[in-house]
Amino acid sequence: MAIRWFYYAAPPTFYALAARLWPWLAMLAAALGVAGLWIGFALAPTDAQQGEGYRIIFVHVPASWMSMVIYLAMAFWSVLGLTFNTRLSGMMTRALAPTGAMFAFLSLWTGALWGKPMWGTWWVWDARLTSELILFFLYLGYMALTSAIDDVRRADRAGALIAIVGAINVPIIYFSVKWWNTLHQGASVSLTRSPSMAQLMLWGMLLMALSFWAYTLAIVCYRVRSLIIERERHTEWVQALPEVSGVKA
Amino acid sequence: MNIFFTLVQRDLRLAMRRKAEVLNSVFFFVVVATLFPLAIGPEPAMLRQIGPGVLWVGALLATMLGLSRMFEGDYRDGSLEHMLLSPHSLGLMVLGKITAHWLLCGVPLVILAPVLGLQFDLSEEALWMLSLSLLLGTPVLSCVGAIGAALTLGVRGGGILISLLVLPLFVPVLVFGAGAVQALESGVGAQAHVSILLAMLLPALFFSPWACSAGLRIALE
Amino acid sequence: MRWESWSQFWDMGGYGLYVWGSMGVTAVFILLEIWQARQAYLSALALARTEVQEPS
Repeated sequence: MAIRWFYYAAPPTFYALAARLWPWLAMLAAALGVAGLWIGFALAPTDAQQGEGYRIIFVHVPASWMSMVIYLAMAFWSVLGLTFNTRLSGMMTRALAPTGAMFAFLSLWTGALWGKPMWGTWWVWDARLTSELILFFLYLGYMALTSAIDDVRRADRAGALIAIVGAINVPIIYFSVKWWNTLHQGASVSLTRSPSMAQLMLWGMLLMALSFWAYTLAIVCYRVRSLIIERERHTEWVQALPEVSGVKA
Repeated sequence: MNIFFTLVQRDLRLAMRRKAEVLNSVFFFVVVATLFPLAIGPEPAMLRQIGPGVLWVGALLATMLGLSRMFEGDYRDGSLEHMLLSPHSLGLMVLGKITAHWLLCGVPLVILAPVLGLQFDLSEEALWMLSLSLLLGTPVLSCVGAIGAALTLGVRGGGILISLLVLPLFVPVLVFGAGAVQALESGVGAQAHVSILLAMLLPALFFSPWACSAGLRIALE
Repeated sequence: MRWESWSQFWDMGGYGLYVWGSMGVTAVFILLEIWQARQAYLSALALARTEVQEPS
């Protein structure tokens, strides 16, 4: 069993796998996205309290979920990388980071646009949004650190450590922000008090979440290929690739 | 255990030779605490409200300023490599350096804060709680900050980069530290806050030297 | 179908700015990311092609 995993940890094998997978994942993402948006915008009912404005949740909630899932994935690959010293783990973490940061930003942006009509302000110091903001900073920190260190291997390992430390801190940060939020009763509005969910709303959200997930997997596979080519370009197998050598497979 | 005390003494002695660097953090703290009333206005009721938060943020920023110094000197003159190669526990040595950093940076803040707190018209109890929360919180800041310092050794843009890395991790300490003073002032009582600060301090003391050692090995390999 | 007309759809019961502001920005960022990934791929390929092969 262990041998199979390490087989895929080798860049050439993983490259081939990623190359095969990403188109299917992309199509899956598109299909799920269309279905989710159809349910969300064409079929789901109007909300009693929030009118049509609640439909933002069809991107806000999936974006939030993905920003957290991706960070966990980064921590997972980081632990693998530091334990087994595989080159691929660092590449996977780096490939995940920009997408995670993007989803964190979108979560904040859509959260603000949701908050403005509902609560009157562009920003609400609600526990979830504030934790999301700090998560966004964690992403930025990882990306800043890895791009500041010239030596690629050192950068990977340093990034892995900060990703792990960040991941361990996320529950602590969330807990402390929640505590802070409940104490300061001024911010008693909460974006988590979502409209009572009709079945269709839940389905729409779920499909969009799955769509974002498939999209993330697709883009990470695609991105990892670029990283592999860049880092392993001196090897024979990369030079022999049809896309590099120009020779038809 | 000896190696721990050796490192603390060594770092303190080295810092004493460059007193100016140490005093920088302290002066920064004083300046920041003065800037806020200048920006917001001298009304005592409001200053009393923002005082704990302002002083805590000032302490946090002052600590952050001093973080890059923790390993930089030893890195440049090669002593850090010796430490990594020595048979002694790297974790203990790192804990020694963190302790020295806290003694030089954190403790002055703990002592100064109540004095600056007078500028914000804080009550006597608030001043005590401010000191206590800083006493418990600044070591955590030194511990967590050390991880950032280890990872960014010799990297360009080190100072700002450390801040970006370490600020999100400081948030819990800030929330409970400043929150303790506010809880006390509002009559709710700060026992929970103090307990949580303690609950953060102990794991930080254990976890941080280990993470720092890993970070130093990554930086020096 | 919930909407009687296209204008009703775009208006979103008065919330049009917020809903389409969210959906629009999301779409823009996703497209940008896809474009950026493609650019990175092409420049990685270009970089690989410039690798001078040592005669073995």
